[in-house]
Amino acid sequence: MSSLRAPIAPPGGVFQFTEMAVRKRKTEGRVRALLLALTFSLLIPLVGILGYISWQAWPALSLDFVFQNPRNYMREGGVWAPLVGTFYLVFFSLLAATPIGVLAGVYLNEYARDNWATRLINLCVVNLAGVPSIVHALFGVGAFVHFAGMGRSVLAAAFTLAVMTLPVIITSTREALAAVPMSFREACWNMGASRWQTIRTIVLPNSISGILTGIILQVSRAAGETAPILFTGAVFYVKVADQGFGYYFPYGLGDRCMALSYHLFTISTQVTGVTEAQQYATAAVLIGLVLAVNAVSISFRVYLRSKKKW
Amino acid sequence: MENSVRRRVGLRAESVMELFVYLSGWSAILFVFGIFFFIVREGAPFLVHELDLGEFFSSPNWRPDSEVRQQFGIYALLAGTLSVTALAMLLSVPLGLGAAIYISEFCDGVTKESLKIVLELLAAIPSVVWGFIGYMVMNPIIIWATGAPVGVNVLNGGIILALMSVPIIVSVGEDALKAVPDSFREAAVALGATRWQLIYRVLLPAARNGLLAAVLLGVGRAIGETMAVLMATGHSVQIPSGILDPVRTLTATIAAELGETVEGESHYQALFVIGTVLMLIAMAVNITADLVVKGIRSEERS
Amino acid sequence: MISPHRLHLTPIAVLVGLSTSGCGGAGDEGGHAPESPAESNIIRVTGSDTMVNLAQAWAEDYQGDHPEISIQVAGGGSGVGIAGLIDGIVDMANASRKMKSTELKRAEQALGMSAVEHVVGLDALAVYVHKDNPLESIAIPELAEIYGEGGETTLWAQIGGSSAACSRDEIVRISRQNNSGTYVYFRRAVLGAGREYKLGSIDQSGSKDVVALVSKTPCAIGYSGMAYATPEVKSLPVAAEKGAEAITPTTETAASGDYPISRPLLIYTAGEPTGAIRDYLDWIYSPAGQRIVAEIGYVPIKAVE
Repeated sequence: MSSLRAPIAPPGGVFQFTEMAVRKRKTEGRVRALLLALTFSLLIPLVGILGYISWQAWPALSLDFVFQNPRNYMREGGVWAPLVGTFYLVFFSLLAATPIGVLAGVYLNEYARDNWATRLINLCVVNLAGVPSIVHALFGVGAFVHFAGMGRSVLAAAFTLAVMTLPVIITSTREALAAVPMSFREACWNMGASRWQTIRTIVLPNSISGILTGIILQVSRAAGETAPILFTGAVFYVKVADQGFGYYFPYGLGDRCMALSYHLFTISTQVTGVTEAQQYATAAVLIGLVLAVNAVSISFRVYLRSKKKW
Repeated sequence: MENSVRRRVGLRAESVMELFVYLSGWSAILFVFGIFFFIVREGAPFLVHELDLGEFFSSPNWRPDSEVRQQFGIYALLAGTLSVTALAMLLSVPLGLGAAIYISEFCDGVTKESLKIVLELLAAIPSVVWGFIGYMVMNPIIIWATGAPVGVNVLNGGIILALMSVPIIVSVGEDALKAVPDSFREAAVALGATRWQLIYRVLLPAARNGLLAAVLLGVGRAIGETMAVLMATGHSVQIPSGILDPVRTLTATIAAELGETVEGESHYQALFVIGTVLMLIAMAVNITADLVVKGIRSEERS
Repeated sequence: MISPHRLHLTPIAVLVGLSTSGCGGAGDEGGHAPESPAESNIIRVTGSDTMVNLAQAWAEDYQGDHPEISIQVAGGGSGVGIAGLIDGIVDMANASRKMKSTELKRAEQALGMSAVEHVVGLDALAVYVHKDNPLESIAIPELAEIYGEGGETTLWAQIGGSSAACSRDEIVRISRQNNSGTYVYFRRAVLGAGREYKLGSIDQSGSKDVVALVSKTPCAIGYSGMAYATPEVKSLPVAAEKGAEAITPTTETAASGDYPISRPLLIYTAGEPTGAIRDYLDWIYSPAGQRIVAEIGYVPIKAVE
């Protein structure tokens, strides 16, 4: 669309701009500048926030900060125990949400007919995506902690996160499946394959990367959320072993665990003697984790687009 | 013969698999109704036996733990949520729609991709980090810049929510603009329209519904946000008289208080009733947005 | 008894864990919360934010010597701990206020035994203002007029605390989350029986952010445990009555009872504790445990190492 440019008069040429054309060009320039300013005003906070946090976090940041447990009453050491708790929550929430989400996407794109039931499902997916995170927390407390008797635990928190990430996995799966050309399926059907065989051998393999992109994106969402885990499994402090098996796998499914996002909340509201640099460093690790996951997802998408065969 | 056995087993596995597909497909309905069921269930005894709905919505007094007289009024909390959301929208709608137009109409190739990535990264910053920024960084800045007695207030929360809801407004808005057929643009340019006239007279009316849906989804995002507003708005039960007053939102109230209540007592149940109210607001916003989007589709088809 | 709590997650255990706990549903209640926590080597500690640092410090040191014990510490407020104790999901509830009679009754019903109170230290509740605030001391009736419902004091000029840094002179009241022990204790000790807080205060979720916000807000006044003092805030000496001698909060004045707003730090257990919890509590009362009380900034009630 940028090829649509107003004609440029040859220097000293025969054609003169009419007054109106000049005015038009002026407005156009102004509009463009305004919109550009609006867009770039979004860049400033992003760069500002990332820059300021890294700058403030710098004195405390190191590899040790990431890989050491909090110690000396959380005033020293690092963020390993909460970080590994976040890994646990993300892993189990995806383990629960991915099969359901992907199959639901398959259903909506491959099986569902256009009738009232499908419209209801779609409406529910939209609504599920719009449920405030604190309402998910309430649901987790009512359904998993109390009703299912899980108590406040890794499992209850992971399931709560799973319900929250489900709609996005459904939507991205459906979009990835819809991008597979119909002719692929038709070719497969013509060879006598059943619907499910077609999905398993043709549709899913051709859309798997698109589905993965959507799932990876949910890793970053699940890792960053605080509200849904507040009352379902996050805990202020758990002693985690400094080496060996217990260092890498400190929590049981029925235990409560520390989590990075909640850790940032507690050290900035409750713990005495934590320096500001440590708080900023914790924020930096959390942002770093989330942005790294996003970067993987984005580069995956870019790579895919370049690889696309049809 | 072996072949036919294998085939039968295969068919069996296939129908089991398809059953799972159907069940998963319907799970979204199950979860939405499940959320409703469990939230209403936990709050129901209070809702039925104790709650005076008139007082609930009209009283600004939220004293759920008073030893003298418990009062459950969410008027001030509603005012808090609405004021912060309104300010956030005032800031994010021009920003978001402006950026959507710029990205869709003035950029292509690498610039377009990079800007979209910037927005994705902006959307990826966790809400507790936003809250942390509001509380640690913006509080002193707001005190310094406005002379307000305290910097955690409607303005602080509004700015943060605006930045949090901009990405969704841009992404849905850009989709809406992309859905306008290129022939519209070509026709307008052929008639000698400038880019501004093209946007103002052709694109905005044509993408009206999609842009409205973008704004509504932004509103939904802002209303539902929890940790950022808990830390950045001051968490103060009062009806704000200006943007420099601290307020408290519905979401933050649940986040701050639920942990401190006992299952079954009226304070606990009242928080679930607030959850129900939030869920209803979010659903209303989302369904409206969905209908608005459906509106474009059916118009296109006709 | 092998509790599923200790189920560590090897890949196989993951699947086993999912199949046993994930599908357990309502019938599996006992599996996640052992009925007699005393037999388990997990101690779940929840409660007062004022005490959460103390509880965490105890847990960290105790586990250094007793690696077989796992202590999970959570904050959230005294109400959370007491609620958890009543729900049976907490073994030790930290509280910076006494349990209300309704709570004691509910605990009795839910647990089949009464909640037992253990005093493990003392805390002086300090009143904080910004370091640029010229105020030298404050009396309890003045505080009540600032925080209490119907109170008339809204400007610093009314109590002589005006400063150039706070240009509008408005007093920004920083308070705590309702149901936190600090909030409830301050209400009774400062506002007096039957008086409520004035709405519109800034209610912080933790003890630390009260002090952090005061340090960044020249117009602010706040109350929080004396252990939370930082160089950026001023902790005001408090007088019981107007004109009475204002006392600075210190370990000594709190222990002697001279400082007017100090309170016991409590741990509640369901019934008299046994097993691992008993051992832990005994250790808390030992010189090693009480030394940590002093180190964190509170007042020990037993001899210190």
